[in-house]
Amino acid sequence: MGTTLWQRTWRNVARNKAMYVMVIPGLLYLLVNNYLPMLGLVIAFKDVDFAKGIWHSDWIGFKNFEYLFKTSDAWLITRNTLGYNAVFIVVNFAFSIAIAIFLNEITSKFFSRFYQSVLLLPYLISMIIVSYLVFALLSQDTGMMNHTILPLFGIKEISWYNEPVYWPFILVIVNLWKNAGFLCVVFLAAIIGIDKEYYEAATLDGASKWKQIRLITIPLISPVIVMMLLLFIGRIFYADFGLFFQVPMESGPIMNATNVIDTYVYRGLMQIGDIGMSAAAGCYQSIVGFVLVLLSNYVVRKINKDQALF
Amino acid sequence: MTSQNRLIQWTAHAFLMLIALACILPFLLLFMSSIADEQAILRDGYSLFPAEFSDAAYRYLARESTQLIRAYGITVLITVVGTSVGLAITAMLAYPLSQKAFGPRKPLTFIVFFTILFNGGLVPTYLVYTQYFDMKNTIWALIVPNLLMSGFNILLMRTFFLTSVPDAVIESAGLDGAGQFRTFVSIVLPLSTPILATVGLFQGIGYWNDWFNGVIFITNPAYFSIQNILNRILMDIQFLSSSNMSSHVGDAMSSIPGTTVRMAIAVIGVVPILIAYPFFQKYFVKGIMIGAVKG
Repeated sequence: MGTTLWQRTWRNVARNKAMYVMVIPGLLYLLVNNYLPMLGLVIAFKDVDFAKGIWHSDWIGFKNFEYLFKTSDAWLITRNTLGYNAVFIVVNFAFSIAIAIFLNEITSKFFSRFYQSVLLLPYLISMIIVSYLVFALLSQDTGMMNHTILPLFGIKEISWYNEPVYWPFILVIVNLWKNAGFLCVVFLAAIIGIDKEYYEAATLDGASKWKQIRLITIPLISPVIVMMLLLFIGRIFYADFGLFFQVPMESGPIMNATNVIDTYVYRGLMQIGDIGMSAAAGCYQSIVGFVLVLLSNYVVRKINKDQALF
Repeated sequence: MTSQNRLIQWTAHAFLMLIALACILPFLLLFMSSIADEQAILRDGYSLFPAEFSDAAYRYLARESTQLIRAYGITVLITVVGTSVGLAITAMLAYPLSQKAFGPRKPLTFIVFFTILFNGGLVPTYLVYTQYFDMKNTIWALIVPNLLMSGFNILLMRTFFLTSVPDAVIESAGLDGAGQFRTFVSIVLPLSTPILATVGLFQGIGYWNDWFNGVIFITNPAYFSIQNILNRILMDIQFLSSSNMSSHVGDAMSSIPGTTVRMAIAVIGVVPILIAYPFFQKYFVKGIMIGAVKG
């Protein structure tokens, strides 16, 4: 007996005063920036009235959610968010793995470094700059597509920012362009980690390069691929706000093809001023997103405990 | 054998060269458009090989530079202040979480970790910063919401302290009579420059590229960063192209910078990053790699 929890705690504090002080700014920050907004999720169940203040606004139960799910928007933004992210994952993974495999074949140090640096360039810049680049390509009057590229094929000009059918392709390409370099570096690291002896043995046995890629490289990096996949699947309910908000330039006619949960929440809050609906959509995203993270982590744990987040 | 290898080399080079071009050409297009003649662009569209060149855009920027210099100053200020304060808070929180002597390290690590799994989202965050802290249209709104970019950075740093700073070094510093904070500042931090550089770099790029906080918290152009100026121009173009061509549009049109000027501002926004890139590339690639191992 002798020492209670309090005594032990107190002794620990006395002995490590400096460390207790050091964590204060960080914890305070997390409290304000992360935990307070988590509590704030309850406003989805309130009829927000700034005159009464947020906490004193009236409770209205699930009314906001009822309104939200009665609209066709709820289905549309859910479908777009999930659909785009699913396609992004497939396309980005396929391309990045292919690029990483090719990159690993390059023997020249100089070129290997050059390709890597260039591939990461798009990952470095902001989505605003990206949308300037896209606008330079797609603008109706001055875009390079309508002025230079389409005439080469004898196709007449297209009003890109007014035609929803093209946007799934545009967004997938822009997303690939921006993010492939990042994933590629991840996979390249995994490939470099493979023991060279496997390849030497395979070469001695006369296995072709293609066979080596298929039977050594891909199987040996598949744990990394699976883990990255699950990580991305855990985030599938969150869209890249910049991509969907900046690149389409808020063009109305293509909104059905470009509206996702994140842009919907933003517009509800900042443009339409419908805080209830916006909060309900955000709350829906936070909770479904949380469940998906837990689920994907559960699957990771089943496969390989060391790779699980928790 | 060698002929097969050569074929593979050439295929790989051809494939990667194409991709490298796809990555570079848009930047080149941006730059070429900024030094093209305005009339040439209106006539032929944006082009990699404009018919006529002109330095009018940059001369215009030099003349009308007051707002631009201010915006540049804001971008530099938030990047420097945000990155250094953020890095300090991150390291100070991460270090105790890595030390066995620190009693509550497990529950506190969970508190950090939980913020990665779950968040309140835009609406409550916006209300906290505008209603309780009154940050709308202040410089704080551009700095504070990004200070700890993600709880992930704290855990990354904690892992580094745990695995790469030997306990023996910390203990012997303690025996020599250095306090815990002294040990942290003069022993642990110097041993941790790789992780500080990596986290600081990602945070710095994040601040430099941030437009989101400006969009939701700032309406007063005096606090616009470069990214927000670019964003405002983009919104004006969109606004004009969607509204009917009424009489007052002519006025508005003339207040929007011309095509080449817009591109010149965008060039000014990316060039610092492109110039610095070769110097930080090593840490950048390393950061992506460690991030992926436990991410």
